[in-house]
Amino acid sequence: MSSERESLFSSKNLKLLRDPLGANNPITVQVLGICSALAVTVKLKPSIVMAFSVIAVTAFSNVVISLIRNYIPPRIRIIVQLVVIATLVILVDQILKAFAYDVSKQLSVFVGLIITNCIIMGRLEAFALGNRPWPSFLDGIGNGAGYGMILVIVAFFRELLGSGSIYGYPVLEKLGLYNIGYENNGLMILPPMALITVGIIIWIQRSKNKELLETH
Amino acid sequence: MKSFSNTYIFIFSAVMVILVAALLSVVAQKLKPLQDMNIKVETMQNILKSVHIESSKKNAEDLFQKYITESYVIDSKGSKMEGVLAIEVDLKKEVAKIDKAGKLESLIRERRVSPFKSFLSGFIKSKAVDGSTIRSQIDEINGSRKLPVYVCVNKGNTYYIFPLRGKGLWGPIWGFISLESDMNTVYGAVFDHKTETPGLGAEINQDWFQEDFSGKKLFKDGVFHSIQVVKGGTDDSDLYGVDAISGGTITSKGVEAMLYDCLISYEPFFENKRN
Repeated sequence: MSSERESLFSSKNLKLLRDPLGANNPITVQVLGICSALAVTVKLKPSIVMAFSVIAVTAFSNVVISLIRNYIPPRIRIIVQLVVIATLVILVDQILKAFAYDVSKQLSVFVGLIITNCIIMGRLEAFALGNRPWPSFLDGIGNGAGYGMILVIVAFFRELLGSGSIYGYPVLEKLGLYNIGYENNGLMILPPMALITVGIIIWIQRSKNKELLETH
Repeated sequence: MKSFSNTYIFIFSAVMVILVAALLSVVAQKLKPLQDMNIKVETMQNILKSVHIESSKKNAEDLFQKYITESYVIDSKGSKMEGVLAIEVDLKKEVAKIDKAGKLESLIRERRVSPFKSFLSGFIKSKAVDGSTIRSQIDEINGSRKLPVYVCVNKGNTYYIFPLRGKGLWGPIWGFISLESDMNTVYGAVFDHKTETPGLGAEINQDWFQEDFSGKKLFKDGVFHSIQVVKGGTDDSDLYGVDAISGGTITSKGVEAMLYDCLISYEPFFENKRN
């Protein structure tokens, strides 16, 4: 037993946390969860809340599934996963409505749509079903954070260029850019620009990390 | 991979569903008061904003108590109703009544225009074809309407605040409009929406759109005229029109319809107050 036990933050476990942030990022490398990445990234605030909500849901659904992994009948495992995810998402939604009403209003349906976020189910199916709770927890945090990171980067540029503010603070106005004829780019507010921004991030990442390039 | 019997699968699913259901209902019950509170505070903030009183989440309730001196519900004839709280009126249901009455009205109009069509619809919908029955249904619907009014006294002036609710492009829009005591001049307005397009229709909850309403008039030569949301813009001297949002045509039209439909119900009340 003791030979199996490894330290909580062994290099193997840390890799679970680190990988999704870089070389195995769910959005830029696996290209999952694009839908919500387009929808909630108009402003920084909702995307940060969305990021934390997804981190919470991936982490805890991973833990729950991992805890009961030996009792889940394989034939209904997808349904079980869905039930676990849906439950956690409804919890997050209810908690946001009670304690962060403004943000929950901005996120509106997208909190509910975390249920359909393929990253989460992907991690349950690929990782939590075959691993112990702690590594699953780290894997969930890592993947949630990898998703959230891209969300925040995209939202930063969209809010800055589209609304001229950062986290609601009107930066460009304070800099006096409007006085010299600058105007906000309305296109940045619309979903297509989120796709293009994600595309640019993917481009930069792959040009730096040649291993990610597909060879065909 | 281990194999599981069917019985096991059934029991597993049943237990899982019951556990999850219990958990969720407990959480929903526990958080409900907090959620309702948030909605109530937001309504209060909106009401206060329509009379140009800025409030924060913390002081909204105190300011509401201080400035909103009276609130009551009136019926479609303009007389006060007893035992109904203004803030508890479900506007969604009230607006549905307007829609329903409108549909019945058009049914009567259709009958007049095309007897053949009404003959056919007589087969399809056997009830509600007789003109007088429809008329009495409309009266019944109108009679059951509850119209909330909030009265605000600020610096010696009295303002009347009326709630609005209508349809935008993707979902409901709502708001509050306040009138000066002449029951004609708009003092202020706020609008909000659920899912209008960001940057386009969603702009109705921005100050630049709402500020435009102040000073506009509802009655033109003594006839209810409401306020038009004009595409292409209006000049400031226009007392009955505000600038529409470019790119947000349907939301702008929705605001216009909402103002007309909601405020026309208050016409008897306006008349009473003016005399």
